[in-house]
Amino acid sequence: MIGLGLFKGLLVTLIAAIRGPVTVQYPDRKVGLPGAAKDAGLSLPRFLVKRPRDAARAAVGMATVEDLVEQGPRFRGQDFNWYEDRCTGCASCAKFCPLGIIKIVTSSSGKQTAEGEVYDVDVFDIDIGRCMFCGICVEVCPYDALDMGSDFERAQYERQALVIPVDELRRKKNTPSTWFRPQLESAGYDPHAGEELTWDAAGRHEQPSEEQLTERWVDER
Amino acid sequence: MTLQSEPVIVNVGPQHPSTHGVLRMRVAFDGETVTDAEMIIGYLHRGSEKLAEERTFTQVITLTDRMDYVAAMTNNQAYVLSVEKLAGIEPMPRGVYLRMISAELQRIASHLMAVGFLLQDLGALATPLMYMFREREDILDLFELMCGARITVSYHRPSGVFQDVPDEFWGRLRQFLDGMPAHIDEYERLISGNEIVLSRMRGVGVLDPDVMVNASITGPMLRAGGVDWDLRHRAPYEFYDRVSFDRPIMDESDNYARYLVRVYEMREALKIVEQCVEQIEPGPVRDPDVPFVLRPPVGESYVGIEGPKGELGFYLVSDGGISPYRCKVRPPSLLNLTLLREMVIGLPMADMIVTFGTVDVNMGEVDR
Repeated sequence: MIGLGLFKGLLVTLIAAIRGPVTVQYPDRKVGLPGAAKDAGLSLPRFLVKRPRDAARAAVGMATVEDLVEQGPRFRGQDFNWYEDRCTGCASCAKFCPLGIIKIVTSSSGKQTAEGEVYDVDVFDIDIGRCMFCGICVEVCPYDALDMGSDFERAQYERQALVIPVDELRRKKNTPSTWFRPQLESAGYDPHAGEELTWDAAGRHEQPSEEQLTERWVDER
Repeated sequence: MTLQSEPVIVNVGPQHPSTHGVLRMRVAFDGETVTDAEMIIGYLHRGSEKLAEERTFTQVITLTDRMDYVAAMTNNQAYVLSVEKLAGIEPMPRGVYLRMISAELQRIASHLMAVGFLLQDLGALATPLMYMFREREDILDLFELMCGARITVSYHRPSGVFQDVPDEFWGRLRQFLDGMPAHIDEYERLISGNEIVLSRMRGVGVLDPDVMVNASITGPMLRAGGVDWDLRHRAPYEFYDRVSFDRPIMDESDNYARYLVRVYEMREALKIVEQCVEQIEPGPVRDPDVPFVLRPPVGESYVGIEGPKGELGFYLVSDGGISPYRCKVRPPSLLNLTLLREMVIGLPMADMIVTFGTVDVNMGEVDR
């Protein structure tokens, strides 16, 4: 009986060794010569003739292909999506952020609409260096103007570079995470595909019904 | 005549690979035998209880993620249940089932970590741990689908969970539930019958059940000593009275029994998830009438749940404001750690590390 348990355990490790890896070699996976040829979309002989330099690199094991980690569509990432035309500068996000890392400065624009005066958002800084990606800012936004993003590679050399300034938010292509946006999920939207979304698709996770709007805006006044 | 050498005081930790975090053990050795041990904690203190006093009730959920960071879901659950009791909120049934599913998955993940690092402490460095991490990864992927985060989930909210799971989740969960029993068998083949494991762990670190009860030890450690104490069964919270599960009880109270209890609990947790998947019905996951900024009436509440490591409780006092007047945590890790000195005296150094591994503490929870 002595020693049988050890062999049973070794059998498990042996099977695991045969079964192959489950890990992902993020960000690059090394490929050999056939893999490099396949990556270039050529057959192996053509690859050798047409791109001898790449073939030589691949032969000594220096060719890599990108290997990305699979992410869920709800992934709460580091790049925020901001719909400026929907933002009223109410600073709900700044107020409810548990760490107080959102800085908002607004100024009066002088424009009047039916609902009231429109404010310009001059500063909208999100300090990613202290952000913990809880998503509460997105949850509390009454106009759905802020969304989480899916990016996670934002290493920087300086702390100041971790602050997302308002200009970057304005420039950024809006590819919101489907976190707290169930209508995007039912539409099958994949934030990693890079398709830009307008607010009409991304905002308002619960569309108020006609009755609710009447009740709120007409009956109460 | 026995020779006695002069005692040597050794500091194990706070930066030691076997201390599972930043625990410092000041150990007195006579030769290789431990004659005295003192646990020095507080290296990971972040003042979470004090920070909770200036955050709103919902914002505190993000702090609870970081207490026991390998079991964030159960921390969320305990806190949210306490808030619901304080504010008198009735949770939505679908939300409750989702909370139970996530908490049981988290229990499996936490026990996987416990068993894996126990092997690490036994000297099976790195490789056997990766078997456990493989399945833990599946659970974390499920959490990512659920709530967009893997460790610091912040998923539970007063009255339910913040968002329903996507349709894709159920297929992936089914896949996981079908595959997991085979993986647990695999761990058992790898560890349970192994002669080295048996000779190292059987009869080592034995604790008397009466001592454990008096020291308010809870969780798998207490159940390994033959005491039938599981809050899911004794004082059912959520819908644990609607599911049936066995409670693994061992009598040996040694390191091996504590390991076996964890493995059996993983199987039972799978059964609970299965039953929750059968019972769950469509519906709202969250009460829209519960505001983000809660103002519970003046009062206090305590709710203890059966966390992966033992009874995890949150004691909240409200003065009628938007944040708790006092938020006291009953961390199972801290109280389970208190008996470590009694367990390790008389053991050699190597067995001390293994005994510490079977207690399964998380320093983030001990120091908070």
